[in-house]
Amino acid sequence: MRTVYAVSGGVSKFAKSRPDKTFPALVKEAYDYAIADLGLEHPQFWELVDGTVASYFSDHFARQLMAAIMIQDYLGMCPKPSHRVEGGGATGGICFQEGWKAIASGYMDICLCYGFEMMSHVQTWKGNEFIALASDVSFDYPVGGFYSGYYAMMVTRHMKEFGTTVEQMAHVSVKNHMNAYYNPYAQKRRKLTIADVRAAPMVAWPLTRLDICVMSDGAACTILCSEEGLTKLEKASGKRIPRVKVSGIGRGTDAMRMADRPHQSYDDFLKYNLLPHEDTPETRQYYKDLWERGFRYPGVHSFRAGRMGSKEAYKNAGIHDPLHEIDFVELHDAYTSSEIQTYEDMGLCRYGEGGHFAASGKAFLPGIDYGLDLPEKPVCPVNPSGGLIACGHPVGATGLMQAVFALWQLQHTIEKHFGTPELQVPNAKRGAIHSHAGTGTYVTVSILEREE
Amino acid sequence: MADEKFPTKIEETLEGTVLFNVPFPEGDDLSSLKDMAPIIIKQPYSIEYIHSYGQDSPFFAGLANRRFLVTREPDTGYTYGTPRGHDMYTGKETEWVEIPCEGVMHAFTVCHFGSEEFLPECPYILAQVEFEGVDTLFLARVVGLDPAEASEDWIGMKLKGRFRRWSKFKPTDVYFYPAE
Repeated sequence: MRTVYAVSGGVSKFAKSRPDKTFPALVKEAYDYAIADLGLEHPQFWELVDGTVASYFSDHFARQLMAAIMIQDYLGMCPKPSHRVEGGGATGGICFQEGWKAIASGYMDICLCYGFEMMSHVQTWKGNEFIALASDVSFDYPVGGFYSGYYAMMVTRHMKEFGTTVEQMAHVSVKNHMNAYYNPYAQKRRKLTIADVRAAPMVAWPLTRLDICVMSDGAACTILCSEEGLTKLEKASGKRIPRVKVSGIGRGTDAMRMADRPHQSYDDFLKYNLLPHEDTPETRQYYKDLWERGFRYPGVHSFRAGRMGSKEAYKNAGIHDPLHEIDFVELHDAYTSSEIQTYEDMGLCRYGEGGHFAASGKAFLPGIDYGLDLPEKPVCPVNPSGGLIACGHPVGATGLMQAVFALWQLQHTIEKHFGTPELQVPNAKRGAIHSHAGTGTYVTVSILEREE
Repeated sequence: MADEKFPTKIEETLEGTVLFNVPFPEGDDLSSLKDMAPIIIKQPYSIEYIHSYGQDSPFFAGLANRRFLVTREPDTGYTYGTPRGHDMYTGKETEWVEIPCEGVMHAFTVCHFGSEEFLPECPYILAQVEFEGVDTLFLARVVGLDPAEASEDWIGMKLKGRFRRWSKFKPTDVYFYPAE
């Protein structure tokens, strides 16, 4: 495998509705930003780029089959090779990894990954219906298909098994909305309190409107390249590009129907799902005690796909202790509860400790006043951009948006792109991005690292 | 060669989207078009699918006959609360088994909002139901509880299933209510 570098990216303004542009023009907004940041114009970049990967989730939202070729066409990328990928909410993360594969395999030296979703084409309740079609239409959808309902069921189980509280979940909402306050790309930039989150209209008990991401129109793109591609881009632009490499990728899957998630034995959990840093007598005993209390893995409270994606990515990137060896994480917080579940899958804390971790302060940014009494100092900021909850979730763009924000963190250029420095993670050297589909069906984890 | 047999003008109608009097610059200067507000129209779309339950069909036939079926891997005994034609571990075909339609609430929510199709039914309770001796769960509606009194204490509640008399051949042909 060849080393893969992330060199540039762009994100359109995410909004509830972007009727000012068609979807190809919205992607063009992100693309133009990305090539301008490299110091290139389209004809120069076109001469260098080998091909593209396109990302969008829903043909229902688009109401346009073959939408990807319309983008390829509008960007002026024809006749270069391209394909579309689709994997629910993880579509953007999968797109990023397919771009990585194109470079790592030697197929391409420079690859453009782009994605979008235009969810304003239908009313919110129809959008919920479209999204719920990403659940089994024989057994899940007809019962009352609603993704917020599915995630609410997961968290009621999490609450019951581990004592997770709605106030701990609200900490995630306060954090991510406050971070987004400093992110001009974000859809919802708000200073909230725990009381605000709980007082918001109930959507699916116990999740309120402020525990849940919104539907968005938006686009994002990322440019990946090999060492040779980097040389070509630097020669064309005449400037040195900061080295940020993609040091590891991982991906996991799980059953489509939440009801089908296995209830594995303790021994199988140890064999297949334990992270290396958890392999201590103390943590083995911790999990043994959980099993004796009736815990089963992954059940409906945990995402085995996220754990397996993390495990593979950490192995490839040489990460042993994720909490202390990763400087920040941009993860798929479609719900405050799923951010808590994902802390556990990614090994930032153990299964069952996510609620406590959320309110501990470890996942917050230093230097920002959240108006909360946090007992511990920041260790590994999670969703410094504001995440899906506050930035928005135009599905096909989301995973690529995470990659762009992570890249800017590692280039130490947040102030340049956001116009304000608050969200820059100090001395960021290594970040993780996490993209997640369905009720945890596809999950991608990619690790990005700054090379000095 | 236009004549009445091949008219050169299409008749005007008021069907579909009709937009009157869109502002447009007069004369040759088109530069102001860059500032034009987008034209947004409605595009209706509807379709009825012919959906087959395929190998899962006996489950729905069971509901119509007030019998609750699960599937079981014949050798290992691994049993699916929501039927699967093949086992995910051995890859073998599963067998149909009837079980009593009573279980325990494993996880739940009250939906106060939802997809368009289900909005008129809000608030409604969704639950994952677990059954004795069955390894996986079943998604169902629960009735007979006050949606305003949702509590994690509902988890673990014993539930009984009830079959719709007039089957609609959907998984909602069975629903659950508190057994106590």
